[in-house]
Amino acid sequence: MKNKEIKTKGAIHYYLQSTSGVVGAVLVLIMVIVSICSIFGITPYDPVEQHIDNILQGPSAHFWFGTDDFGRDVFSRTLEGMRRSLTVSITAVSLATILGVTFGVLAGYAGKWFDQLVTRVSDVFFAFPAILLALAIVASLGNAWYDTALAIGVVYTPIFIRVARGPVLTVKEMDYIKISRVLGFSSFRILRKHIFPNVFAPIVVQIALSLSWAILTESGLSFLGLGTQPPTPSLGLMVSDAQPLAAFAWWTLVFPSLFITIVVVGLNLVGDGLRDALDPARRSS
Amino acid sequence: MKIPGVSRTLSVLATLFGISIFVFLVLRVIPGDSITGAFGIETGALTPGQIAELRVYYGIDQSLLLQYISWIHSFLSGKLGFAYSTGVSVATLTKSSLPVTIELAIIGTVLGVVLGIAIGMFSAKKPGSSRDFAGQLFGLLALAIPGFVLSTGIVTVMANKFHYFPNGYEYMTPWENPWMNFQQMMFPGLVLGIAVAAPVMRTTRSALLETVDKDFVRTAHGKGVPNNKVQFRHVLRNSLIPIVTMTGIQFGYLLGGAVIVEKIFALPGMGRQILDAIMKREYATVQSSIMVFAIMFVLINVATDVIYRKIDPRIKK
Repeated sequence: MKNKEIKTKGAIHYYLQSTSGVVGAVLVLIMVIVSICSIFGITPYDPVEQHIDNILQGPSAHFWFGTDDFGRDVFSRTLEGMRRSLTVSITAVSLATILGVTFGVLAGYAGKWFDQLVTRVSDVFFAFPAILLALAIVASLGNAWYDTALAIGVVYTPIFIRVARGPVLTVKEMDYIKISRVLGFSSFRILRKHIFPNVFAPIVVQIALSLSWAILTESGLSFLGLGTQPPTPSLGLMVSDAQPLAAFAWWTLVFPSLFITIVVVGLNLVGDGLRDALDPARRSS
Repeated sequence: MKIPGVSRTLSVLATLFGISIFVFLVLRVIPGDSITGAFGIETGALTPGQIAELRVYYGIDQSLLLQYISWIHSFLSGKLGFAYSTGVSVATLTKSSLPVTIELAIIGTVLGVVLGIAIGMFSAKKPGSSRDFAGQLFGLLALAIPGFVLSTGIVTVMANKFHYFPNGYEYMTPWENPWMNFQQMMFPGLVLGIAVAAPVMRTTRSALLETVDKDFVRTAHGKGVPNNKVQFRHVLRNSLIPIVTMTGIQFGYLLGGAVIVEKIFALPGMGRQILDAIMKREYATVQSSIMVFAIMFVLINVATDVIYRKIDPRIKK
């Protein structure tokens, strides 16, 4: 128990020493906080309220990010859109993590035909363009947020299967696992106590990176009109709507784009920082 | 005795078979079918008899297995299926749209690899310096700015500030009008190139940094090989394997990115074909187009393996 504490502390300490990791964490935290604000309705205006007298106004004290062609507050819409992006991404990545880690660890540990089957199936989908599969799945399921989340989650599962299976294969052959087995520990106990901790670090890194891809995929789908439907705001849809307006109302394009970029940059920095902090081999460099 | 290439071919075929089943089944779950897709709300006005006749016409009265077999049969016979809304075979559609996407993918990959390796080398030369920071910042932003934002930005600036938008004209193939085709492909190619460059740059940088510390590099320096030659011949050459792997993976994402870029730049490629077909609920077109993508993708993977062996003679199997 104590040993574990020191290990976690070491990782956190190491993480906090990397400037880019801290910057990333701050960026992500800001985005999460504004999203939470939007959940509780703490936005300056209702995101779908139309201020007819203030159509296409530039940024001002009243409308921080200006208004769009329906006179809707771009700031409130951006926050709401960010919240939706994060909701979809977090749901999708949670799904992919649970499915992927379960199948990956079991396949790696069980071996034989089960491993063959799982690896074969995940190989088929691993490298195939995610957005294409997501496109097909969304087209068949529908436009609700959980449909998009399900599509992205299914598409990302093979990545987690791979990441989880790798370390299991290495660890499985080690002496301490063999001894545990000789001692008569149940498979469940061996998996939980000895195998899972080795899978933890790479999975955490993968979660951060996958979240960033999921946000890009989600906004890409909604940009194509296959995600959130109007008038509900979503970042991809806002960029799409801004296309004809951007020439004379730059704020309609710039702010939603900026938010997507910031959160993706943040998540990537967090992913890199976590990778360095959780991998002892990398610390020395 | 083992015949070389047989197991590889079998696994490629198994992969394609898996994708075909997956794509087929996913599209069967669609609420509504080709009939509602073609008639919209007027479907409600059809009599049960008419609907039954239409189901026969579209072939959706048969069992799933029969539908699958008839699709695969038409795919393999080279017609790829029938696109009802336009009244031509999917092969006819694909014949004009596939070259567009391939051209776009080649431009994107070449730009991405050149840009990625150049910036990666630039960055790795002095790790931790301000030029390394600049290179890494490029990598991060190229990764984080979505293609559709970059494309929308480029279109807005070019069209409104410079009144230059070649994609507003009808699409020209390189054989009809090479100069026009170049102008129409330039920006979408660049957007895809930047997306490919980001991971290639990151991979190049870390691979170079790993190789630079190896003994043979020190030996090369020690025996007086000019620095430039060491960088290209010894360091870069030995870092190529992860770079090629990354490029192969990126090619898949590039095909996906083509969907978005083709839409924004109004290019009549495979991506737009799939998107249009999804909107119109044309099973056959979506399935067959995705299968064409899958075949391209699998071929690229095989090509990557061949390239491995060229780069590194130690890889035999």
